[in-house]
Amino acid sequence: MKVLVCISNVPDTTTKITFTDNNTQFNTNGVQFILNPYDEIALARAVELTDGGKGSVTVINVGDASTEATVRKALAIGATDAVRVNAKPHDAWFVAKQIAEYVKQNPFDLTLTGRESIDYNGSKVAGMLGELLDIPSVSIIKKLDATDSDATVEREIEGGKEVLTIPFPFVAGTAEGVAEPKIPNMRGIMSARTKPLTVVEPVEVKSTSEIVSFETPAPRGQVTLVPVDDTAKLVDLLHNQARVI
Amino acid sequence: MSVLIYAENADGKFKKSIFEAVSYAKAIADQNNTNLVALSIGNVAADELVALGTYGAEKVLNVNSDKLKSFVNQAYASVIAEAAKAQGADIVVLSNSFSGRGLAPRIGVKLEAGVADGAVALPEENGGKFTVKKTAFSGKAFAVVELTSANKVIALTPNSYKVVEIGGSAQVEDFAVETKESDFKQMLKNIVRSTDKVSLPDAEIVVSGGRGLKGPENWGMIEELAGLLGAATACSKPVSDADWRPHSEHVGQTGIAVSPNLYIAIGISGAIQHLAGVSSSKVIVVINKDAEAPFFKVADYGIVGDAFEVVPKLIAAVKDYKASA
Ligand SMILES: Cc1cc2nc3c(=O)[nH]c(=O)nc-3n(C[C@H](O)[C@H](O)[C@H](O)COP(=O)(O)OP(=O)(O)OC[C@H]3O[C@@H](n4cnc5c(N)ncnc54)[C@H](O)[C@@H]3O)c2cc1C
Ligand SMILES: Nc1ncnc2c1ncn2[C@@H]1O[C@H](COP(=O)(O)O)[C@@H](O)[C@H]1O
Repeated sequence: MKVLVCISNVPDTTTKITFTDNNTQFNTNGVQFILNPYDEIALARAVELTDGGKGSVTVINVGDASTEATVRKALAIGATDAVRVNAKPHDAWFVAKQIAEYVKQNPFDLTLTGRESIDYNGSKVAGMLGELLDIPSVSIIKKLDATDSDATVEREIEGGKEVLTIPFPFVAGTAEGVAEPKIPNMRGIMSARTKPLTVVEPVEVKSTSEIVSFETPAPRGQVTLVPVDDTAKLVDLLHNQARVI
Repeated sequence: MSVLIYAENADGKFKKSIFEAVSYAKAIADQNNTNLVALSIGNVAADELVALGTYGAEKVLNVNSDKLKSFVNQAYASVIAEAAKAQGADIVVLSNSFSGRGLAPRIGVKLEAGVADGAVALPEENGGKFTVKKTAFSGKAFAVVELTSANKVIALTPNSYKVVEIGGSAQVEDFAVETKESDFKQMLKNIVRSTDKVSLPDAEIVVSGGRGLKGPENWGMIEELAGLLGAATACSKPVSDADWRPHSEHVGQTGIAVSPNLYIAIGISGAIQHLAGVSSSKVIVVINKDAEAPFFKVADYGIVGDAFEVVPKLIAAVKDYKASA
């Protein structure tokens, strides 16, 4: 089985988000970038599925040279080889077009993305890829089991789940539950240095969206504390002041 | 030119998040001096379809074929894109539900449209620029995104736009579309729905527990409080990691992002990754025995105290309030 895992390079989850240039640019000063946590789960499952010579795992990233540490980390976790499309990821459409172009030349049975990138939160790349390749896509899966020709997945729905069987090839966005993240071991880290990392140049894409500016949420006022023995007061405030119950 | 809203049903019924999306789409149609057409796929009763008029849909296209009875991502995306073309709709609105997240990007590609996923406010049109505000950085910020394409797809975050009843009734028309065999590769084996519970992403009130609750056996009071308030239950990541609660209840940066009217956090410290997914809640109540817990900094109301003492008292107070209401 040939698996492709799409990986993005995102600010660490503890990052305090601030902006510069009149709120038009994300302030990367002092920010550490990591492998998107959902992509880490996708990669862990891909490695499990192909373990013991049952296939290969390629990771692909659309990014400039600054993402190499993240790509190497994916190799250390267990990917067989890596591809970097040498361009700043303009938006999900740009990313999906680049990856689709690569997959058309190099077909895969299964393509995994994270359910969303924790910076842009689009949940879009999986669906766009599926459409560009004219194959099925499933947006958020919590479980993934595969045979040689198809996979059975659990898809999240409001208040429940759906179990689906989908023939290869298809695209899926993975969430928690699919696998536990794998921490690279020393052997993985050593071998990552010599695993193949191919850099390809991007194709031209007509963009359909632009980020104009960013906003941070309005700060909340002071907290109103209620004594332990006066829960009735809290209920009253929620009803009469906040009007939420 | 018109606006098309895809009205997703759950077991033949429309939920509040769909009424929000229809109300939102109606406001966009009004901004553009055009009409609003709704599209329903699957088996939905006629009166349920007509009722979409209450929120501003003038016409409802009804696609009810055996093949399309249950959700098939690829096929539904094709039907929605075909309906948009047939209606000359250049703006397609849907709910950013789990299914919506699968559909929006596919429809975007089909219509060569820019996609604003997770929208939280009405679009603004200024000097030929069409911009939409959406969540970004897992709730730590918003991004204002310009859609530069002629067609546009907008997926609305649940609980971010108020339902507006304008009180009309919609005209229902059957809509027939040719479907491609290749759109039906996925096979549905099973649907499991926990019908007795409020679904977390749609919930108006969420009662959430953290590691401060010590163990899964103590969730009885959380469920009781949630039951009384008609709330969904949620938890912090370590709680679901330890299997005290299912993964589907984990909220935060790497879990579900929620924006209910009321979020009650019990025994949760308020780590930045947790806050990321809940800080857009309208009102936050924190119950924690540590007065220094970071969660109090972003709370509207708080009780400093032991959850095992406070929650039973709060349950009693809610019961009293309900008895007197
Ligand atoms: C990559 C990454 C992603 C993450 N994503 C998420 C995420 O999406 N969501 C998430 O929640 N976390 C996430 N985390 C974890 C996060 O950093 C915190 O560790 C976590 O939120 C803490 O959970 P907690 O508040 O339940 O537990 P703790 O931090 O242990 O806090 C327990 C709280 O309970 C209080 N308490 C104890 N006993 C009582 C009592 N009897 N009565 C009242 N209060 C009591 C304590 O004072 C304390 O404040 C992530 C971490 C990483 C590294
Ligand atoms: N620059 C990128 N390169 C490769 N894959 C990406 C990139 N950006 C996003 N993805 C993939 O698409 C998923 C969803 O991203 P998004 O649509 O931005 O929420 C991520 O979890 C990744 O798997």
